[in-house]
Amino acid sequence: MDLLQQLINGLSLGSIYALIALGYTMVYGIVRLINFAHGDVYMVGAYAGFFAVWHYHLSFFPALGVAMMVAAATGVLIERLAYRPLRQAPRIAVLITAIGVSLLLENLGILILKPEPRSFPEVFPLALYNFGGLIVTNRQMAILAVGLVLMVLLQYFVNFTRTGKAMRAVSFDMEAALLMGINVDRIITVTFAVGSALAAAAGVLVGIFYNRIDPLMGIMPGIKAFVAAVLGGIGVIPGAMLGGLVMGVAEVMVVALFSSTWKDAVAFAILIFILLVKPTGLLGRPGGEKV
Amino acid sequence: MLLEINDLHVYYGAIHAIKGISLEVEAGEIVTLVGANGAGKSTTLRTISGLQRAKKGAIRFKDRDLGNMAPHEIVAAGISQVPEGRRVFANLTVRENLEMGAYRRSDRAGIQKDMKRVFELFPRLEERQKQQAGTLSGGEQQMLAIGRGLMSNPTLMLLDEPSMGLAPLLVKEIFAIVKEINEAGTTILLVEQNAHMALSIASKGYVLETGQIVLSGKASDLANNEQVKKAYLGG
Repeated sequence: MDLLQQLINGLSLGSIYALIALGYTMVYGIVRLINFAHGDVYMVGAYAGFFAVWHYHLSFFPALGVAMMVAAATGVLIERLAYRPLRQAPRIAVLITAIGVSLLLENLGILILKPEPRSFPEVFPLALYNFGGLIVTNRQMAILAVGLVLMVLLQYFVNFTRTGKAMRAVSFDMEAALLMGINVDRIITVTFAVGSALAAAAGVLVGIFYNRIDPLMGIMPGIKAFVAAVLGGIGVIPGAMLGGLVMGVAEVMVVALFSSTWKDAVAFAILIFILLVKPTGLLGRPGGEKV
Repeated sequence: MLLEINDLHVYYGAIHAIKGISLEVEAGEIVTLVGANGAGKSTTLRTISGLQRAKKGAIRFKDRDLGNMAPHEIVAAGISQVPEGRRVFANLTVRENLEMGAYRRSDRAGIQKDMKRVFELFPRLEERQKQQAGTLSGGEQQMLAIGRGLMSNPTLMLLDEPSMGLAPLLVKEIFAIVKEINEAGTTILLVEQNAHMALSIASKGYVLETGQIVLSGKASDLANNEQVKKAYLGG
C-alpha cells in the first residue's frame, strides 16, 4: 500500500516533469536545439500564474490560461530575438546562446521579481481523499488531471491537425517541408509557443502543489525534465511523457526507500545510465539522430 | 514565357557552382537539364525553389521575380519540386505526405479531387495510404514524392532525378507517368542523369557541364548530337 501511495506521488511529480520535458523534446525535434532557457520559461509561467491569482484574483483555470499565454509569448520572443538570427550558425553557438538566455531570465527574475521565494496563494483549499487507505490530495488530482488533459490535447494536435502534421514533417526534413510550401518559421514559432505554454502549466501546478516559487525554481526541474526528455528519446513526444513519469516515480521512490539526499542525484544517475545503455532513449528512433 | 532564368550565378561558400546559366521553359512543355554529377543541375532547381540564393541573375516565373521570395511563397506561386532522393516524410503516413503536398491550399474539394487523381496515377499509394512512408519501397517512395508534388496543383513541376536508384522497368513506368502529368497540363522541368530517357520525353534540353550550359536545343536534336551521345548516352 505504501508503494502504491508513493507511486501516486511519483506520478504527479512525474506529470510536472513530463509537461516540461515536452517543450525540450518538441523544440529539439524541430530545430535540434536543447533550449536551456526552457526551465526558466517554466519559472516565468509560474510567476505569471502567481500574479494572476494574487494580484488579479483569478481562479485556477483562468490563471492557468494566463500563465500559459504569457509563457508562450516569452518562448516565442526568445526564439525570435535569440535563436532565429542564429538559424544558419553552428549548433554550438545556439547552445551557448540558450545558456545565456537562461542566465538572463534567472537574473532578470531576481532583479524584477525579487529573489525571495513567494508563497503561492491558495487557489483551492487543500482537501484529502482517502481511497481505502490511499491518500490523494485534490492538488495531486489537479496535477494529474491537468497533465493528462494537456498531454491528450497535445497528442491530438500533433497527430491530427494540419499544423501538427506540418510540425512532424518539419522535424523529419526541414528542407522537404519548405518544398511543400510549409512556412517553417511559423511552425518553429508555434512549437516554441506550445512547448512554453506546457511548461507554464507545470509551473502553476508546482506553485499550487508546493506553495512556493522563486526566480531560480526552474533550474533543477529544467535539468530533470531535460533528462526525462533524453530518457524517453529526445525529439519523441510520447517519449517525453514516459520519461517524465519515470523520472517522477524514480525520484519519489528513491526518497521513500533510501534517503531524500539522493533526490537530485537520481536524475543524473538515470541520465548516465541511459546514455550508456540506450543513448537514443526508451522510445527513440534506432537510427539515431537524423540530420 | 512561363519560367525564364537569366545569367544565374550561385555559390556554395567560395565554390562557384552555377556560372551564368540562362534558360527558358514555355508553358506546357517538358524541358530537361542533363549532365554529369556535380554539373549544377540540382543547384539550379534548388535556386528556383528558393532553397539556395543566387548571387547574380534573375529567375522570373509568370513575370514575377522569384529572387526575394521565400520557398513557401514560391510553392504558393505555382512551382513544386520533387527533390532528389525522394525525401518523403518517413514518419508520416502516405496520406499525410500527400496532405503536406497540399499544405498551402484550403479548397477541400480541390484537394480531394487531386488526391483521387494521384491515387489513379499510382494505385499502389491508395492501397498503402495508412502506412508510414518509411515502409515503402524505393519505387513507391518515388511515386509518393511525385504524387506529393502534384498535390499543390502546380503550374510548373521541378523533378530532380526521378530515375535514381530505380530498376529499369520502374524507370520506364515513372517516365510514362511524368509524360502523362505533362499531357494533363503541368509544365515540367526535369533534371536527369539518365539523358536518354529524359531526352525521349522532353521537347527541349539543356546540357550542363561544371555550372555552365554547353549545349541546348530541341530534345530530338540533342539525342542525335554526336557530342551528347559520346558523353551522356554511352554511344
